[in-house]
Amino acid sequence: MPAELLLLLASPLAGGLVLALLGHRRYAAELNAAFSALTFAASAALVARVVAEGPFDTLERQFFVDSLNVFLVALTAFVGMTTALFSRPYMRIEREHGRVSEGGMRLFHSMYQLFSFTMLLVLTTNNLGVMWVAMEAATLTTVLLVALYRTHASLEAAWKYFILCGVGIAQALLGTILVYFAAEKILGAGVGALLWTQLDSVKGQLEPSVMAIAFVFLMVGYGTKVGLVPLHNWLPDAHAEGPTPVSAVLSGLLLNVALYALIRFKVLTDGALERPFASGLMMGFGLLSVTVGALFLSRQRDIKRMFAYSSVEHMGLITFAFGLGGPVASFAGLLHMTMHSLTKSAIFFAVGHATQKAGTQVMAEIRGLIRLSPTVGWGLTLGTVAILGLPPFGVFASEFLILTQTIARAPWAAPILLVSLGISFAAIFGKLQPMVFGEPSVSRLPHRPALLPVFAHLLLVLMFGLYMPPYLAGWYRQAALLIG
Amino acid sequence: MISLAGLAAQFTELVLAVLLAPLLTGWVNQCRAWLQSRSAPPLLQPYRVLGKLFRKEVVLAHNASPLFRFAPYLIFGCLCAAAAIVPTLGTDLPLNAAADAIALVGLLALARLFIALAGMDVGTAFGSLGARREMLVGFLAEPALLMVLFTASLISNSTSLTTIAETLAHKEFVIHPSLAFAGVAFTMVSLAENARIPVDNPATHLELTMIHEAMVLEYSGRHLAMIELAASLKLFVYSCIGLVLFFPFGIAGGGDWRGIVLALPALLAKLAVGGALLALIEMVSAKMRIFRAPEFLGTAFLLAVLAMLVHVLLER
Amino acid sequence: MLQHYGQQLINLLAAVMLLLAFAMLAQRRIISLINLFAAQGFTLVLSTALVAWLTGQHHLYGSALLTLALKVVALPWILHRLIRRLNVKWDIETLINIPTTMLIGIVLVILAFNLAQPISLLAGTVTKATLGIALACVLLSFLMMITRSKAVPQVIGFLAMENGLFFAATGAVYGMPMVIEFGIALDVLVGMLILGIFFFRIRERFDSLDTRHLEKLRDH
Repeated sequence: MPAELLLLLASPLAGGLVLALLGHRRYAAELNAAFSALTFAASAALVARVVAEGPFDTLERQFFVDSLNVFLVALTAFVGMTTALFSRPYMRIEREHGRVSEGGMRLFHSMYQLFSFTMLLVLTTNNLGVMWVAMEAATLTTVLLVALYRTHASLEAAWKYFILCGVGIAQALLGTILVYFAAEKILGAGVGALLWTQLDSVKGQLEPSVMAIAFVFLMVGYGTKVGLVPLHNWLPDAHAEGPTPVSAVLSGLLLNVALYALIRFKVLTDGALERPFASGLMMGFGLLSVTVGALFLSRQRDIKRMFAYSSVEHMGLITFAFGLGGPVASFAGLLHMTMHSLTKSAIFFAVGHATQKAGTQVMAEIRGLIRLSPTVGWGLTLGTVAILGLPPFGVFASEFLILTQTIARAPWAAPILLVSLGISFAAIFGKLQPMVFGEPSVSRLPHRPALLPVFAHLLLVLMFGLYMPPYLAGWYRQAALLIG
Repeated sequence: MISLAGLAAQFTELVLAVLLAPLLTGWVNQCRAWLQSRSAPPLLQPYRVLGKLFRKEVVLAHNASPLFRFAPYLIFGCLCAAAAIVPTLGTDLPLNAAADAIALVGLLALARLFIALAGMDVGTAFGSLGARREMLVGFLAEPALLMVLFTASLISNSTSLTTIAETLAHKEFVIHPSLAFAGVAFTMVSLAENARIPVDNPATHLELTMIHEAMVLEYSGRHLAMIELAASLKLFVYSCIGLVLFFPFGIAGGGDWRGIVLALPALLAKLAVGGALLALIEMVSAKMRIFRAPEFLGTAFLLAVLAMLVHVLLER
Repeated sequence: MLQHYGQQLINLLAAVMLLLAFAMLAQRRIISLINLFAAQGFTLVLSTALVAWLTGQHHLYGSALLTLALKVVALPWILHRLIRRLNVKWDIETLINIPTTMLIGIVLVILAFNLAQPISLLAGTVTKATLGIALACVLLSFLMMITRSKAVPQVIGFLAMENGLFFAATGAVYGMPMVIEFGIALDVLVGMLILGIFFFRIRERFDSLDTRHLEKLRDH
């Protein structure tokens, strides 16, 4: 097994175990960031290897890395690292405010690392069963994190999260069993029938009716974790009530990883069925999520809930793009995944500090950020502008591509998308204005806010919008071709 | 073709039913007493009670209608007809053509209708109360019974009771989960229909807990005797239905004398065991509140429907 | 001949599992609910072992053992301890009354049987007829989760759903590869432990495990 892959998986696992013991010490946050940095270094090395040598599988084909998942691995590791950096001062401030206990800090740090581990496992495994196990483990690690503050609301949010995602993941298990059932006929019983690469090579021979039923269950199951409407109920609560670093990784990473799992299955289903069944389902759910997300967004008064619904909307858009299919739309989908991940986590970083300053998450009570703390104010403004799809940020590029593809190939959906994007634009922008400008109602923070991650993310997004390095573009294109 | 043996078997069955029914009731009472560690009334006590009632004078209310006077005979007649079509000894009976499961349920329903009407006839509070409760129980028990019979019919591809008996008796031994479910459902239904604990206490006269007793409070003399005999006959008929559906070994197929003669001890043995089990069930259960009766019977109905579904899924 | 009886026995065990799923749906007391769950787990163990014996798939013995350890011993024990410490022994309230719940349950069973038909036809296993029942168990557990208003029965419904899925796996494909089953078992166990911690936190916050307290979060 190549050293990079081993390090990639071992680092967060080790981090989780170490921080379970030492998570309450003063240097725990630095330790957390160090482990995350190590993971990122491993992922960079892995990327270099894949770029140089192409896709590979290892350990008796149990792990598989190709251009589709390697960039997600890099993204996950990168956002994991920046969020760890952000959580340093953030959690310190939370500790000072008394919202988290010592045991809570240990839990937070160790679960954070274990969460990274499970997500990286989902991304790199070739075994569909292990993918399921790791996805469920990812839910389990975050459940306690969402309930970290032990308030009424956070317990409720965590309970809903657990039950809804648990039920969803059970459906996904049924779907996986059905896929195994179809695969077993051709590949024979045993672990071999669960390996995605094997299935990919024989996907034309898989029984269509079984794969269709399986995909429906998988759509419902993994779709719950992506936050597709109508299975999204856990999302706003979990984002609003958990600590901000958790909201950032949920929005930025977990949704992506769940969608990745769905894409892998879509490839198999498309190969087994002739008619565009999977694509139709993804387009339908995607459109529904975009519209519902936009509509609910405008009604929110809590800032984190609002951005949570924005995540629902954007994930819907990405799912729609993948459903649309074809190299350009898939390219746009992958690009949007990256952009959304970076931008949304940047927004949550800024929002996190803003809410800490104001002492509340209600938007009507946060005022005049830019006066007292220009960095937070500007961070929030730029992040919001970016997520709304204004040029020259990268989100504009991906949304533009998706829209043009929609107009070309599914023109009936274009007005729905445009209207929804317009509604969310108006809503978020309207709410942003008074928060950033106006008479300040916020106070100083005991520690300096961590704003390097915010601007680092936004800079990347800007870069993608202005100029995409050719090797990155080629890389995305390769991945898009894999999706079909 | 009506064979002589068949005719004799039919007659024997009917007479046997009427004669043995009170004995079955007495046996159940005796078992219950044994289980409760007290001494029981003698086994032939129900006969003595019936004899006493027949000799007594009938006292009627002023406003009793002709229905009130004829109802006991009607009820007894229905139950005799029901007893006649349930094959207990042999399956080659002259009444085979009429021995349909649905007709059986219909006969029992007719009996129930008349006893409820008779209960309401005189206009007392207890009578109406009993009649309403009886209808509540019956409303739910009847579909359940039908479903149980349908399950058996699905297995033997006919609703004729004699065909069911023959098919189930002479098939090779197969484990039918559907019959297991149907058996449980049938037990629950018979407990409800025969006014046994846990649905109704046959020995009570408390207002809150009566169903069957409430309807017959106004009856006396030979009318009451007929109704009591009919109630015992109902228990006998239900037991025989249960034996036909679930333990049909020993019922003679075709019309040979030897088979019928051998079937009699088999029947007696099975009824004895059944009666003892009934006493056991009555002893370990507590009477449930009347509000829970719909739930109890609903469960029976659902078990019966489940039996049918399981048969369709697993045994085709 | 033994094969023939084996097939029937498996059908009988499948029917018993369905019966237990219904019994759990209609059950009022929590302790009985946990015991019924353990009984369902035990039926699962028996049927897995029987399939292992009939078809010679020895890895199913390991799977049966795992189920025994987890679902018949460990989980019910954890649940019993939990409810003792939480002092949760009251009757379960249901959101709709029990006869209606049972009727909806029957509809779901018919639905499940219909859904499983095409897959059963394709299966090559000796247990293909039981797929419909497994799916029915999953749907019934789902119904149980929806119609309960206390936290513990909802969790038991969730675990029963997992039982149904396991049964489906045994029925359709002679069980998933052992590695996966270990992974699933681990997930379930860890999930249970986390839930245990959870219940205490909910209890200390809300002084009750009624999930209707947990429905206050609204869009605002």
